[in-house]
Formats: sequence, structure tokens, C-alpha cells
Amino acid sequence: MKPLDEIQKRLLSEVAGLHAIPEGAYNIRANGTSAGRASTANIEIIPREDGKGLTIKVKPGTKNESIHIPVVMTQSGLKEVVYNDFYIGEGADVFIVAGCGIDNCGPQDSEHDGIHRFYVGKGAKVRYVEKHYGSGDGRGKRILNPGTEVYQEEDSSVEMEMVQIKGVDDTNRVTKAELAKGARLVVRERLMTHGDQKALSTYTVEMNGEGSSSDVVSRSVARDNSYQKFDAVLTGNAPCTGHTECDAIIMDNGRILAVPGLEANDVDAALVHEAAIGKIAGDQIIKLMTLGLTESEAEEQIVNGFLK
Amino acid sequence: MLELKNISFQVAGEKGDDRIEIVRNVSLTIPDEKLIVITGPNGGGKSTLARLIMGIEKPTSGQILYNGEDITELSVTERARRGIGFAFQQPVRFKGIEVFDLIRLATGTKLSVKDACQYLSAVGLCARDYINREVSGSLSGGELKRIEIATVLAKKPQLAVFDEPEAGIDLWSFQNLIEVFEGMRANIQGSSILIISHQERILSIADEIVVIRDGQLALHGPKEEILPTLLGTDSAVPDCKMGTVTKGETAE
Ligand SMILES: Nc1ncnc2c1ncn2[C@@H]1O[C@H](COP(=O)(O)OP(=O)(O)OP(=O)(O)O)[C@@H](O)[C@H]1O
Ligand SMILES: [Mg+2]
Repeated sequence: MKPLDEIQKRLLSEVAGLHAIPEGAYNIRANGTSAGRASTANIEIIPREDGKGLTIKVKPGTKNESIHIPVVMTQSGLKEVVYNDFYIGEGADVFIVAGCGIDNCGPQDSEHDGIHRFYVGKGAKVRYVEKHYGSGDGRGKRILNPGTEVYQEEDSSVEMEMVQIKGVDDTNRVTKAELAKGARLVVRERLMTHGDQKALSTYTVEMNGEGSSSDVVSRSVARDNSYQKFDAVLTGNAPCTGHTECDAIIMDNGRILAVPGLEANDVDAALVHEAAIGKIAGDQIIKLMTLGLTESEAEEQIVNGFLK
Repeated sequence: MLELKNISFQVAGEKGDDRIEIVRNVSLTIPDEKLIVITGPNGGGKSTLARLIMGIEKPTSGQILYNGEDITELSVTERARRGIGFAFQQPVRFKGIEVFDLIRLATGTKLSVKDACQYLSAVGLCARDYINREVSGSLSGGELKRIEIATVLAKKPQLAVFDEPEAGIDLWSFQNLIEVFEGMRANIQGSSILIISHQERILSIADEIVVIRDGQLALHGPKEEILPTLLGTDSAVPDCKMGTVTKGETAE
């Protein structure tokens, strides 16, 4: 295990808020290899034999423990596909911090495709935070394609926060979830694209059990010549409630396509979608200008607040 | 000192070709260390005049001087930086920006939460409950209005313009609001205050009163002179039949 260099440390603090070795279970992946790993009495992190990912097992009833599994890449031209499987035992309550930071100063594209699968046991609770960040001024792109699959058993609850604010050139995010009786899924996505970046985000949520609920909300900003597509389909196969929302700001020549979809296959499925795309409201800019900000400072504050 | 010289403001009519004059040839001086209240019938052009002063709208003709400098062509930002502050009649809502952020931006400093709270307390809000709230639709109309006033207090402008600060504020807090303005009046050294209002209580703390009607300056003089004439009239819009709504028109 190699010690982290300064750039890797900076990426680590951007994506996982880590300045030191985290408490609890963790695995830090740097340039394709593990730079540190620890299991705890209740949480076991097992590397896959092919080196491409982890199996993470959380014992039933584990309470208030955290798992950090950040990934940092600083080597230009590196391409990897990583599979992480989470088995969350019945009644457990855990906080998971994932995320990937890429610094690419070289001419070749760097790409990390992280496939995360969650098997969430009865009554278990998961809070999941995933941040993506890119830096470096090389010609090579920083590409992240996260795939997330969530299988929720009865009365389980999953809250996911996905943030990608800076520096990732190309993203294709695919998230799938299946919910059993009484299961609850909450997703909060915050996304900003600039330059010529492209970001696609697709959600398919199937509510299969009575009383299940899902709430998928995306707030995003597309600036410069960037492009985003938000595609969220909620399917209600049982009495359930679902809500999806895309709230987006476009600036410069940014483009956004929002395709919210709802499918109700049960008469007691109550599904709602909302989508709003537009530039920053003129009166918001004017209000901040009356406080002495310039137009661009005002825009910056409004965008920062919106994505907070 | 702010001087409006022959200010007119036109907008394109609905048909596109005709022009409607909303402000007509208004000349008015806001002297230093005075509290001026502008009043007049709805739709008379008061808010438009305030927006012209702040630079949100530019006059079609006329000139605006601030402390002797021609600011007619200056942006909102430049006017704000020269010391003009403005509380909107209808406060703006944001997503994600918190009350604290707005007050901090208004002061232009790295403000502590404790210092920010004092401006909220001044407008009668329990600071602790509001400082981290989003300035969004989740706040009530009256709450937003008070936060709007707090941002102007925090900015400590040399010329503070308030557009109907009392609107939506409950009776109990109205007294508190009057005290805020009385306090500002007592410490007016080096600054001036312009309030647009329909309230007698606010008119009665003015040094001077201005009446704007049909886009024109109808009356202007010391409070002692103007206030009695206002309280004497039965109707602010005498040439309109009150209490009837003709077919095809809607009441406001
Ligand atoms: N941009 C605009 N385009 C067309 N008409 C406008 C515009 N702005 C204002 N007006 C009209 O100009 C008139 C004056 O409006 P203004 O808001 O200044 O009135 P006010 O005196 O502030 O009224 P109130 O007491 O109701 O606040 C109104 O008839 C209004 O409808
Ligand atoms: Mg008005």
C-alpha cells in the first residue's frame, strides 16, 4: 500500500471530506489499487479476487456505523470498472460515503465506472453520499459512469445524496431501484456542468410493495455549452406514492432535457412529477445587485445557493 | 442628496405601437437628513419612480443626480455601491439562499451570525428561528417582507428607499416597524430616507410628503402642510365612480 500524495489527499477531501484516516470501516482506492483498508467487528470489507472492487457486509442490527470507500485517480489514461456490492443486514443503520475524484493533467482520458449494488435487508436504514469531482488541465477527459442498483426489502429506507459540481467531463449515471412493502427511497441529486461537459442521469424506480414510497429530486445547473439529460421513470406496481422533480437552471448556451416518466399499474399508486427549467429569475439578480453585487457575482451566489 | 430632473418613463403599450407614459416629467429633490414619504393612489407610478431611482428601470428622458453626480446611466450595482438601498414592494424569493446569506451579502462583510441576528431582531423576528431559513416560498408574506427590510437595514445605505414596508405586516408588528423608522430618523445624520406608503402613521413621521398621481407630482411640501389636505379628501381618485365595477373591468 502506497502512501497518498498531495493531489490525492486534496481529491480525498473534496469527495469524502476526509483529511485523515476515517473512523469505522473504510477502503481508499488510489490509481487502481488499495491505499488503505479496515473492517470493523460489524462491517467486513472483502476485496474481490479479480481486484476490481469490494464486497461489503454489514451485520444485522449494526447501528450508527460508517463506511468510507472513496476513489482517487491521478494517473492520466487510467480506465477502470469497479464493482462494489453492499449487503446490509436486517435492522442495520449505516452511513456510507463513496465518491470519486479524478485529477487528469495528461493527454489521455481517465475513466472510472463504479457499479454499486445495494442489498438492503428488512427494516435497515442506509444514508449514502456520493460526490464526484474532477480537476487538472490536461487534454484528457475525466469520465465517470456510476451505476447504482438498489434492492430494498420490507420497511427499509435508503437516502442517497449524489453531488457532481465540478470538473467531470462526461457522466452517464444509471440508477435502478426495486422497493418491497413499506420501503422508502429518497434521492437528492445536485449537478453542475460547464464547458463542453455532458451529463446523463437515468433513474428507474419500481415500487413493488404496498406502502412503498420514492422521492427523486434533481437540482441542476448547465452553463457554457454543456448538456444534461435527466430521465426519471417511477413505476407503481402496488399502492404506493412516488414523486420526481427536476429543477434546473440554464445559463449561457447550456441545454437540458428533462424526461420525467410515470407508470401506474395499480389504481392506488399515486405518482407525481414536476419539472422546471429556466434561466435565473431576473428579479433575483436585481435584488442582489441592489445589495452591491455585480451581475456575475449575483449569478454565482444564486447558483451556489441553489446547489447547496 | 438625490435630484430627479424632469424624469419621464414610457413603456410600450399592449398593441406594441403606442407608448404609455407611467411617469411624467417628475422633478423632485430628496434632501439630506430628511425622511420623505411618497403616497398616492394605486397605479400612480410610485414603485416605478423608486425603481428608476435604484436603476432597475432607466428613464426615457430626464436626469438623476446623486450627491451632484449624474447617475442616470449607472447600473443598479454602481448605485448600490454609491449608497442607495432599496426594499422591494414584493420581496424576491430564492431557492437555497438563506436569510443569513442575504444579510451577509447586504453588509458586504464577513458577518458573524450574532451580528446578523441583530438586524432580524430589529424587524421583530426571533432571529434564532429565521437565520438559517431559506428565503423561499416557505416563508410567509409578512416574514419575507420583514427580512427584506432587514437586508436594507444591514446595508446601512446613505439613501434608503422602502416601497410599502408596512404591506402584509400585522397590526402588532406595525408599531415595531414605526419604531424602526423612528430610530432611523433619529440617527439620520449623513443619510436620507424615502418611504412609499399609504399609512397615516408613516406619513405622520415624515418631514416632507409627496403625492404622485397619474405619474405626475401632484403635491409636495412639509408634512404639516400636506397631511391635513390628504386626510380631508374623501377619495384619492375623485374622477372615478367608486364602488361600482363596470362590465368588462375587474376590481383590483
Ligand atoms: N413594465 C410595465 N409595463 C406596463 N405597465 C406598467 C409597467 N410597470 C408599471 N406599469 C403600470 O404603471 C402604473 C404605475 O405602476 P406602479 O407600480 O409604479 O404604481 P404604484 O403607484 O406603485 O401603485 P401601488 O400603490 O398599487 O403599489 C400601473 O398602472 C402599472 O400597471
Ligand atoms: Mg407600488
